[in-house]
Amino acid sequence: MTETLRRIAIDPLSRVEGHGKVTLLLDDAGHVHEARLHIVEFRGFEAFIVGRPYWEVPVIVQRLCGICPVSHNLCAAKALDAVVGGVPPPSAVKLRRLMHAGQLLQSHALHFFHLASPDLLFGFDSDMARRNLMGLVETHPELAKQGVMLRKFGQQVLEAVYGKRIHGTGAVPGGVNKHLSLEHRDEFSKQLPQVKQWALGAVALAKQLTEANLVRHAGFGTVPSAMLSLVAADGSLDLYDGGLRAKDAEGRLLFDGLDASSYRQLIQEEVRPWSYMKFPYLSALGPDAGWYKVGPLARLQVCDRLSTPLAEAARQELIASSPRTIHAPLVFHWARMIELLHAAEDIERLLQDDALVQGELVSTGERQREGVGVIEAPRGTLIHHYEVGDDDLVTRCNLIVSTTNNNQAMNEAIRSVARQYLDGHRVTEGLLNHLEVAVRAFDPCLSCATHAMGQMPMEVTVVDSSGAVLSRAERGAS
Amino acid sequence: MSSFTLDGADVAFTEGQTIIEAARVAGRFIPSLCAHPEFPAHGSCRVCTVLVNGRPMSSCTTKASEGQVVESNTAALNRDRQALVQMLFVEGNHFCPGCEKSGACTLQSLGKELGVTSAGFAHESPTRPVDASHPDILLDFNRCILCELCVRASADVDHKDVFALSGRGLHKHLIVNAESGRLADTGMSLEDKAMTVCPVGVILKKRQGFSTPIGARRDDVQTPRQRLEAGRKP
Repeated sequence: MTETLRRIAIDPLSRVEGHGKVTLLLDDAGHVHEARLHIVEFRGFEAFIVGRPYWEVPVIVQRLCGICPVSHNLCAAKALDAVVGGVPPPSAVKLRRLMHAGQLLQSHALHFFHLASPDLLFGFDSDMARRNLMGLVETHPELAKQGVMLRKFGQQVLEAVYGKRIHGTGAVPGGVNKHLSLEHRDEFSKQLPQVKQWALGAVALAKQLTEANLVRHAGFGTVPSAMLSLVAADGSLDLYDGGLRAKDAEGRLLFDGLDASSYRQLIQEEVRPWSYMKFPYLSALGPDAGWYKVGPLARLQVCDRLSTPLAEAARQELIASSPRTIHAPLVFHWARMIELLHAAEDIERLLQDDALVQGELVSTGERQREGVGVIEAPRGTLIHHYEVGDDDLVTRCNLIVSTTNNNQAMNEAIRSVARQYLDGHRVTEGLLNHLEVAVRAFDPCLSCATHAMGQMPMEVTVVDSSGAVLSRAERGAS
Repeated sequence: MSSFTLDGADVAFTEGQTIIEAARVAGRFIPSLCAHPEFPAHGSCRVCTVLVNGRPMSSCTTKASEGQVVESNTAALNRDRQALVQMLFVEGNHFCPGCEKSGACTLQSLGKELGVTSAGFAHESPTRPVDASHPDILLDFNRCILCELCVRASADVDHKDVFALSGRGLHKHLIVNAESGRLADTGMSLEDKAMTVCPVGVILKKRQGFSTPIGARRDDVQTPRQRLEAGRKP
């Protein structure tokens, strides 16, 4: 089949951290047959964590990412809770939930305000020199300030619970290493009314921009698929813990309440020779039909409700915006801001609990050789799996990060966008812009998925059915 | 009482004291690494080198004497100390971000004290597997700076001779005194003095890493300089 296809590659993508390259394979008629989002760097955390003592793992693996390290810190610690045979005490669980909510809040603020909102506000085709955070500061200073302040609040919560705003040491196997101080609790409680107000404004803005852009870019990157998320026993969204639930493209339940440790039965990972990022799929549906979406839009549609009132009302509005299950990547941003509001409300609820400032922090029991942790990271479901020898050294590690879970979804969205916007065989600025926007709806960071380092330039190449390059365009890192 | 001057300030000493011992008693900080107050001076790392009457001497091995003019805090000496510390970093595998000794590591705090912000030299990246054979103790040889404090503590205080240095030059490395080469086959135990003297993250109590939060670690609370100067008499 491939010998009759032409090839287009896009490299680099800006404002997507990591390094990506897109190849568009054309058939004889010049139509996009396949789009491949190549991940060309390899970081190899799964390999070099082997042979290290298990208690180092939560601190080392979080270096996969500078945007959501807390998710890796927590997920590794959850996996290792099983290894140390402990059930973290109530105080530890609540402090971890507080960390997680702070992390979600700061990461979602960064994703929407700093990285994605310039596309939505200025238009996908607008001047690159202006379509960035600095452009936002110039034209919408109050909005930019709110984005910065929301992120700052989330980072202050992290600093208080996890020691640093980025790459701290909060979660340890079996629990956490510190309480929240009374001073911090009072300080955050004072700030919350304003934070919630900003979050409500962010939801309204994301809704307005999403709807406006959906009109302008009908069907943009929309490809139906199954969706996966963690859900609490009562059906509400649980970002920290719970059972795995999946729904099909029409919203019908595929499975529910499954334990994290069963992920290997539920999910298979396919390797393709052109990317370092694997392609997971639901085993029951097979590699062709079993790919799925994770992240805010999936979560809000997989769960029955959110546990906080303002965010749940906003979720209801999102669900009511379409008679069918929503698959449009642009709606991720709206869902993301609803989750940001949920995180702010959740922090408010948690701060009222005295367990944050007192109580046992760590619990251990009978040592086990294996542990699996699952958490809903800002970008989606995150799975860490470790095996540990009797000498306390890690013998095996498997990470399925959020971006990897969305890998096929991103490829499908890119193919859909390329079919819509490829003008002849030439890679135009407009095509580059639209492909970037599609990737960014899912994820601003490819680095954790390949465990790659650095900023992400992007290149697009068009190749014909004989393998000849028809067009090539690249863009440096922003 | 006899005295010498250290960077222009009078420092009193008693007969037999080294320059660094007298400086410590007076609450005057001279950057050092292998000089441990509980063990005889070794003089191996040279970080504590000062100018004594204009000549470079290691302050941990040079006896104080009346009227000496000692210079420590000079740009040239600090530049040399910085290079020494950089060389120690690149000779081993020091990944501070993932090391449980971060915040309580003498090499790290010295690097900060001296303003070391880059490796400065090419990394040697040696291959040094960890020894996790002991049920309670982990040895991570990647971080060894060959100060021999554990060798001396095990020999002189614990009387167990668990550790020794082997090889020469760049190939010099810490070994365990057992036929198998494994710590589990020595008499090492958690109560040993050798457990407490490692200035970096080689000899570690298992399953304790990262239990002290950032902000409460030894050097977060006070740097070595601050600890010493806190005891200085006005």
